[in-house]
Amino acid sequence: MASEYETVVGIEVHAELLTESKVFCGCPTRFGAAPNTQTCPICLGMPGVLPVLNKRALEFTIRTALALNCQVAEFSKFDRKNYFYPDLPKNYQISQYDLPIGRNGYLDIDVDGEQKRIRIRRVHLEEETGKSLHAGEDIIAATHSLVDFNRAGIPLMEIVSEADMRSADEARAYLNKLRSVLLAIGVSDCKMEEGSMRCEANVSVRPVGASEFGTQTELKNIASFRAVHRAIEFEAARQIALLKSGEHVTRETRHWDDERGETVRMRGKEEAHDYRYFPEPDLVPLEIGREWVESIRESMPELPDARRGRYVRELGIPEYDAGLIADSPAMTRFFEEAVGLGGDAREIAKWMLGELSAALNASGGDFESCPVRPSHLVETLSLIKTGRISGKIAKSVLEDIFGTGRSPEEIVRERGLVQISDEAQLVAVVDKVIAANPGPVSDFRGGKEKALTFLVGQVMKETRGRANPEATNRILRERLAEGTGR
Amino acid sequence: MRLCDMTMHALHDLLENGEVSSEEITRSVLERIEETEGMIQSFLNLAPEEEALARARQADRMIRDARRQGSAISPVAGIPIAIKDNMCTRGIPTTCGSAILSEFVPPYDATVVKRLVDGGAVMIGKTNMDEFAMGSSTENSRFHPTRNPWDPSRVPGGSSGGSAAAVAAGEAVAALGSDTGGSVRQPASFCSVVGLKPTYGRVSRYGLVAFASSLDQIGPLTRDVRDCAMVMNVIAGPDPMDSTCVSEPAPDYTGFLDRGVRGLRIGLPREYFGPGMDPEVRSLVEGAVRALEGLGAEVIDVTLPHSEYALATYYLVAPAEASSNLARYDGIRYGLRARGSQDVVSLMKRTRSEGFGPEVKRRIMLGTYALSSGYYDAYYLKALKVRTLLRQDLANAFERCDCVVSPTSPTVPFKLGERVEDPLAMYLSDIYTITANLTGAPAVSVPCGFSSGLPCGIHFVGRLFEEGTLIRIAHTLEGALGIADMRPSVAGRRDA
Ligand SMILES: [Zn+2]
Repeated sequence: MASEYETVVGIEVHAELLTESKVFCGCPTRFGAAPNTQTCPICLGMPGVLPVLNKRALEFTIRTALALNCQVAEFSKFDRKNYFYPDLPKNYQISQYDLPIGRNGYLDIDVDGEQKRIRIRRVHLEEETGKSLHAGEDIIAATHSLVDFNRAGIPLMEIVSEADMRSADEARAYLNKLRSVLLAIGVSDCKMEEGSMRCEANVSVRPVGASEFGTQTELKNIASFRAVHRAIEFEAARQIALLKSGEHVTRETRHWDDERGETVRMRGKEEAHDYRYFPEPDLVPLEIGREWVESIRESMPELPDARRGRYVRELGIPEYDAGLIADSPAMTRFFEEAVGLGGDAREIAKWMLGELSAALNASGGDFESCPVRPSHLVETLSLIKTGRISGKIAKSVLEDIFGTGRSPEEIVRERGLVQISDEAQLVAVVDKVIAANPGPVSDFRGGKEKALTFLVGQVMKETRGRANPEATNRILRERLAEGTGR
Repeated sequence: MRLCDMTMHALHDLLENGEVSSEEITRSVLERIEETEGMIQSFLNLAPEEEALARARQADRMIRDARRQGSAISPVAGIPIAIKDNMCTRGIPTTCGSAILSEFVPPYDATVVKRLVDGGAVMIGKTNMDEFAMGSSTENSRFHPTRNPWDPSRVPGGSSGGSAAAVAAGEAVAALGSDTGGSVRQPASFCSVVGLKPTYGRVSRYGLVAFASSLDQIGPLTRDVRDCAMVMNVIAGPDPMDSTCVSEPAPDYTGFLDRGVRGLRIGLPREYFGPGMDPEVRSLVEGAVRALEGLGAEVIDVTLPHSEYALATYYLVAPAEASSNLARYDGIRYGLRARGSQDVVSLMKRTRSEGFGPEVKRRIMLGTYALSSGYYDAYYLKALKVRTLLRQDLANAFERCDCVVSPTSPTVPFKLGERVEDPLAMYLSDIYTITANLTGAPAVSVPCGFSSGLPCGIHFVGRLFEEGTLIRIAHTLEGALGIADMRPSVAGRRDA
């Protein structure tokens, strides 16, 4: 039984920062430019050049450290991490070793309705490397390799958690939460598919109740949150199977093969690098002024947790729904704008998470690019509220906006969707329906309440859904009662 | 005296008054190069004659315009200047005296080069050096050794030996060198010119190919102290491209020249003047100190108790940083690429095996060892602690005195080949100069006489950012000794 064992997970996340220029030179950081067009002597590590720190990158790292409840170092420095690699221009990476910008923080996550605190060990700043491209099937069969240095020198932040997660679900919840925080504070776009966010998981298992950690393996090359979940589940099961068969887990680095759904050994501990860290002599040590840190703290936007609390408390949004909106910057922006336009917050949330999310899921879009703008939604909701259209019609109106981008008022007018609430008009339709459906009418009169639903449906059909449902109900009951002489 | 043998300030005055043109000065220097370079071999790469003359004519136009407008001209305007081959020059090969960079043409200028060029200096060529500035004789150049203009059977010192020899021989009016453990001052001493290592952070290192980043500093090699101050006025000062360069602007160094030494205290470190110092060197240095005393300086005894550890500390810190700085030469992006490799690892190994000379390899291995895990604390970290003690030693001394004096080198220039097989003997050449690099302090070497016809230099170390005090002392001494006008008689000794 797997439940005899407990999974222990720690996560390392690398996130590229959304600065305009690179961390130690003035080169732009746009994604997708032609290879080696965003380079200069500095990020190419040419002889004689020196790095100069981009203050914005430091500010973003401090912002992250604050958002993750870390202590921000007053004194920090950069170190060189030495290793040979063709896409590493200087054959050392400027990174941080013993004095990271942020340490000892935490992030609260929710798993199955329970809140759990995951401790953050450190947040530090380093430079991104270039990218090797192998001409051929794979690295072994390649006839030659090319290197693109556009990415080299983009500011990269490393966020290391403590081994506080106990399941693949918790790991995924942690990553989701971390991403929502990084997005909220605007420091990274967190696009795993573009490599601007990457993660590694350190996984071990131990008998339930044990206090010592088991031997861990390090999982690399995980390309999505879904893959993280699968990789951890696979690896934990593999380790448990090993232990159960009396073998032991080897400390090693393993590669996640998403296609085959398994982890594969990359290298062992004995092959681990000796990075020969030492203080980077080309950069002056960092003295991070408290005033600056406080001004960054003051300028911080509202974080997802606080936002969710506010939505629940002040706007009466259900906890779960509030969390969904608060965790996504695009949904937050949409929601806030709609509420700002005077819409009913609860209705807005309901429609966003219902109709709009379904449509967006189907089309593969998101709230940022949603053809239905907050103003459209608010207008549609007010048409319902004033009784001009029914909720059902509203769905069709939103569908129309989604496809055409036209305004709700225009759609309702042109398609003649205005709800019929006029008493005389409705009485005429109701009488027609009663006359045409003697069977259900007598059923209802015989006490079958259900038959009323059918008759309402018939009225709706006659009016192409425009009949005011409440009025229709009332009039039907009245006319049916009259006919019996009651 | 031929134009090529004159000081920069004398030439500057002539240029300012329109009595001579940069073209004439440049021609004179080119003629001297024609006469002597075959023997001295100061240069690795000379500017083509036409190019040098074109630059000179451009400088002449600049000077004429300035004169017409009554504006000041840069002290280096129209002056033929040589640059050590480890400072990047746009479009001109920069080899660092190494096979691994033999094909490297930088796409940019070092900040110091840019400042000289903007000031109208005529860049005459790139000078020879020990490979990646590692060495004390310029014999470690992968291309050829340089000879001492005072005695071509002897070394010019190193690693800026090419720059020192060029200035001494009249092949350039002034030159830039780089100093990691004494590489400007020791060759200045061997060639009887003035060599200054400014305070770490006073002159931008941007574009200086790094040897040991925390020790490297660019400095001038000139015919006299006034020239030194004038070159400093052009190259010193903040640079946004180098964050280790201080943001305070540099003072006018010529303002210190004539202030004399009255009231200054000169510290004689007990540890340096013990037994073992070459007696001739000792008597020349002591003579110079007495001369300064005669001009009003006070001489006191000081102590630098950790001096004996300086050399060992240097040979941990410098190779450690070098092992990292030189890691980028791997055949992937520029410079030499070894042929015949099937994979990237063997490509890197072969390129580095073929591209680096024995001294560079020795230091890379030393540095890699000192930084490796398990040894870091015992070696590198320990060295950093000693470095702090050395700084403290100097700070203590400077509470009592304004400079610390010593010979620049324990000996006069030695014979070519004499120490090639004995790296430790070679390392001892830097024993007096190394502390200034480890502590960041400014230091200057000034000629103080000759021992059997061979030059000897005296060395002063000052407080951080007080190059002015050193210039004051050096200029006063120079006036008292009256040897600044002496030039080696290299002319006509070609192929001697
Ligand atoms: Zn760049």
